[in-house]
Amino acid sequence: MGVRSRLAPAVACILLGLAAAAEIPPGERRSGYEFMSRETRAIQDDDAGNPGMLWVLDGEALWNRKAGSTSRACADCHGDARTSMKGVAARYPAFDAATRRPVNLEQRVNLCRTARQKAQPLAFESKELLALAAYVARQSRGLPINIAIDARSKPFLDAGSETFHRRQGQLNLACAQCHDDHWSGKLAGSPITQAHPTGYPLYRLEWQGLGSLERRLRGCLTGVRAESYPYGAPELVDLELYLRWRANGMKIETPAVRP
Amino acid sequence: MARAIVNAPAQAKRGEIIEIKTLAAHAMETGFRRTQLGELIPRDIIRRFTCSYNGVEVYRVDLHPAVAANPLIAFTTTATETGTLSFQWVGDNGYSVTEIAPIRVE
Amino acid sequence: MTTRREFLVLAAASLAAPTAAKAQLDPNLAAKRKAAYEEALGKVVGGARVRAGRVKLQLPPLIDNGNSVPLSVAVESPMTAADHVKAIHVFTQRNPLPDVVSVHLGPRAGRAGISTRVRLADTQTVVAIAELSDGTFWSDSAEVVVTLSACLEEGLI
Repeated sequence: MGVRSRLAPAVACILLGLAAAAEIPPGERRSGYEFMSRETRAIQDDDAGNPGMLWVLDGEALWNRKAGSTSRACADCHGDARTSMKGVAARYPAFDAATRRPVNLEQRVNLCRTARQKAQPLAFESKELLALAAYVARQSRGLPINIAIDARSKPFLDAGSETFHRRQGQLNLACAQCHDDHWSGKLAGSPITQAHPTGYPLYRLEWQGLGSLERRLRGCLTGVRAESYPYGAPELVDLELYLRWRANGMKIETPAVRP
Repeated sequence: MARAIVNAPAQAKRGEIIEIKTLAAHAMETGFRRTQLGELIPRDIIRRFTCSYNGVEVYRVDLHPAVAANPLIAFTTTATETGTLSFQWVGDNGYSVTEIAPIRVE
Repeated sequence: MTTRREFLVLAAASLAAPTAAKAQLDPNLAAKRKAAYEEALGKVVGGARVRAGRVKLQLPPLIDNGNSVPLSVAVESPMTAADHVKAIHVFTQRNPLPDVVSVHLGPRAGRAGISTRVRLADTQTVVAIAELSDGTFWSDSAEVVVTLSACLEEGLI
């Protein structure tokens, strides 16, 4: 093989390396749980000590509380969440026929509140909305994430994928560069995870409270010095859809605990 | 709304040492954090946790801002008699929460 | 995201609040906090001698986030009326305040101890002191490496 032909693949690799991020092979996918210390894992593992359970209990109370001009509780239509909500959070974000786009779990709760209970929607990241989302998602704990993509949701998945792979912000970083290419490395002393949203809403030690995936994504965007999208923005929900689809098959851990 | 979670056994043998785990919903604002405008956010914490067994105090903790938010307090007590375990958290700005757990001791 | 107007307000406020900046630039901070720790320790033990032993203080050596560090103390004691642990005190040497928790207990506890979660502002030594019914004091200490401090992070993101 001549020098020129040996150089060509090397040059091609350099050119491609900047653009393409290698997806994590399914066998190598790891939850953020595995990147935490033994002690932090122990906080998640024990329901009696997991602060996220405070929100789950609040969610249970809200599930049974009548709301809106219809004076109906979630329980009045959905019955016992332990049975009716089992497997539901695993499918979210899911395509909503009425709005003709995918919605996340928090948006689904609000769609129900406004359309069915005729109640005011709950504010994004409010204690009540987080509690209900945590309660519903907790009913899927241990089940595999199960995002089904069809012709209607494919364009939104592609939009989310594009966001994940696109360089953003003043730091000009793409999510994929850290979370596909450099997971298990370190960023300022903290391990870089693969960014699989298996445990949301989760209790983050950094927040000293429970928060949503959108809160985490907004934090990441601010971190690369990009302008953060507002809660409920289609760009965020599309990205959530992509991240959950990318984590298909991984077990739900809600309410997880993370540093 | 859930103000505290208590995990204690519902029954035990006389003389058995039982484990109790409690979790209180509280931000435990240290008094060292500042708003974006530089103003100090005032201290607002749980100051004291007490466990009473049929009205007798068996365990008491004085808390300071160094205790993490949503504090976990796990400890042991001896199952002496059937009755009620009472847990109280008291703190700044009139914060006061009481939870009870009945216990049957054979 | 900070708008231009918010930025100007912040800039004006930061010029008008020099006391806030002073507190963060104290060059004697470590020494002051160590002194505060000694004082807090003194309030508990008086002039009594503190012996190492009987107390087991457990903390992870390297923690994920200083906001919530699992901590447990266990003290060897028969926990009888004649011989028991009266109190357990936990102190830090580099937090803004030295006191963490004080536990008051007696023979009914069965075992002398506590498990909780604490905030640590810096890599430092944490100390646990046990006060026994016979008036003696025993201690244990643990070194912790903290990469993400509590007390200093605003957590606004």
